[in-house]
Amino acid sequence: MVDFAGWWMPVQYRGLREEHQSVRTGVGLFDVSHMGEIRVTGPKALETLQWTTTNDVSKLQAGEAHYSLFPNETGGIVDDLIVYCVKPNHEYLLCVNASNVEKDFAYLLKNNRGATIRNESSDWGQIAVQGPKALALLDLVLGQDPQKAPSKMKPFTHGELSWRNDQTNVTVIVARTGYTGEDGAEVFVPQSKTVALWNELLEKGRDLGAEPIGLGARDTLRTEMKYTLYGNEIDDSTNPYEAGLGWVTKPLAKDFLGRTHVVAAKEAGLTRKLIGFEMTERGIPRHGYVLKSPAGETIGVCTSGTMSPTSGASIGIGYVTMPFAADGSEITVDIRGKLVRAKVRPTPFVDSGLVKLAAEKKTAAAKLSGN
Amino acid sequence: MSTPNYQLPEDFYYTKEHEWAQVDENIVTIGITEFAQEQLGEIVYLDLPEEGAKYSQGESFGVVESVKAASDLYAPVSGTVIEVNASLMEDPSGLNDDPMNNGWLIRIEMETEKELANIMRAPDYRKLITK
Repeated sequence: MVDFAGWWMPVQYRGLREEHQSVRTGVGLFDVSHMGEIRVTGPKALETLQWTTTNDVSKLQAGEAHYSLFPNETGGIVDDLIVYCVKPNHEYLLCVNASNVEKDFAYLLKNNRGATIRNESSDWGQIAVQGPKALALLDLVLGQDPQKAPSKMKPFTHGELSWRNDQTNVTVIVARTGYTGEDGAEVFVPQSKTVALWNELLEKGRDLGAEPIGLGARDTLRTEMKYTLYGNEIDDSTNPYEAGLGWVTKPLAKDFLGRTHVVAAKEAGLTRKLIGFEMTERGIPRHGYVLKSPAGETIGVCTSGTMSPTSGASIGIGYVTMPFAADGSEITVDIRGKLVRAKVRPTPFVDSGLVKLAAEKKTAAAKLSGN
Repeated sequence: MSTPNYQLPEDFYYTKEHEWAQVDENIVTIGITEFAQEQLGEIVYLDLPEEGAKYSQGESFGVVESVKAASDLYAPVSGTVIEVNASLMEDPSGLNDDPMNNGWLIRIEMETEKELANIMRAPDYRKLITK
């Protein structure tokens, strides 16, 4: 065996499967300080972001956030990001992928329409607190003011809270966002205070079972949700629609960079689609494996794959040509030269906390409307 | 980083890819080391060859996968597979529990013991994993 690449990083602390389950059933802490933060301000802030992102930023009120994409000139994707609205029209905070910070910053400067754009990545640490017990823990640490406690905030909103103890009184940004499919928040904290906040969350979370989560479980958790990872599911040549990201692409609401290419590709008819699949024979799909028809013709590629720690099933995400994109389609994965059978299936792959919450809301709404 | 007390029997041979080989005349039992299983984490999939398959020294004879990653298994010496620990393929967790004994992978009939000079003994392997 040779390739232990990455295992020297905090890919895991206690063990990938244990960490994964902690997030699904309790609460886990992720040090995601490597994520980039870029602030866009000034009277031209909205205009600049409408041009440089695909989602409709004009819909965001103060304290709201949405998932979005930086489109490139040819209809591909520079990066994916979350846009946090601090003050409508005037001030937005963008959270972008660590590996793309420099590229994203240069992209924004190049396509700027008169906003002030600042790379604040080195100013901020970031801790994601995720799991069914995440809000209870966040309330313990950041809930001194019960009216503004993290558990009182709506999903996908954010706000400034003060974090106070004997040594500390700092303002942090709590955002009800995440990358696991569980409830929780991401906390932006001034860089020099990150370790102290991390330690307090671990200490106060001990009775709740809080534990640190490595990059390995971060990847299996997001894979179970079919959340995209830049570099795996999306890149400079991906059309947002084929990646299933039409819901954050708003060409009718506004113009944006590369819009004509994005729309033209859709109107011409997409040739491939990002799907989820589950192995029906023994084998684990991995990034880069070729997907084939049962007859053996190449139909696409696996972008991410793992054994699901939650269900035990071997699951994968990948692009296939349209005839194989429907749920239930039989495909095969070329695993080291052997064609191993799999089936296209609906996603997310597991009933995470957020999936259950959404189902409950739907049931409640149906009752209200008298159905 | 502390170095756990790995079992490294003095009479075994070791590869730089973390396989062990126990030689009994011309029959060689092959497995992965405790260090390897610990680095991999929980092992969830194992692919081993069929009896009768032939491999050259350094050739991949199978694959072991944890939740996160797949790693090839390499033949420490050239030979023909005469026995496979097939029960491990059904439940590869035995590879985490007892990699040096019950977690053995395959037995091969070695072609030439001259190749043993190309792989390591315990002291050199210990150095490799503690640096």
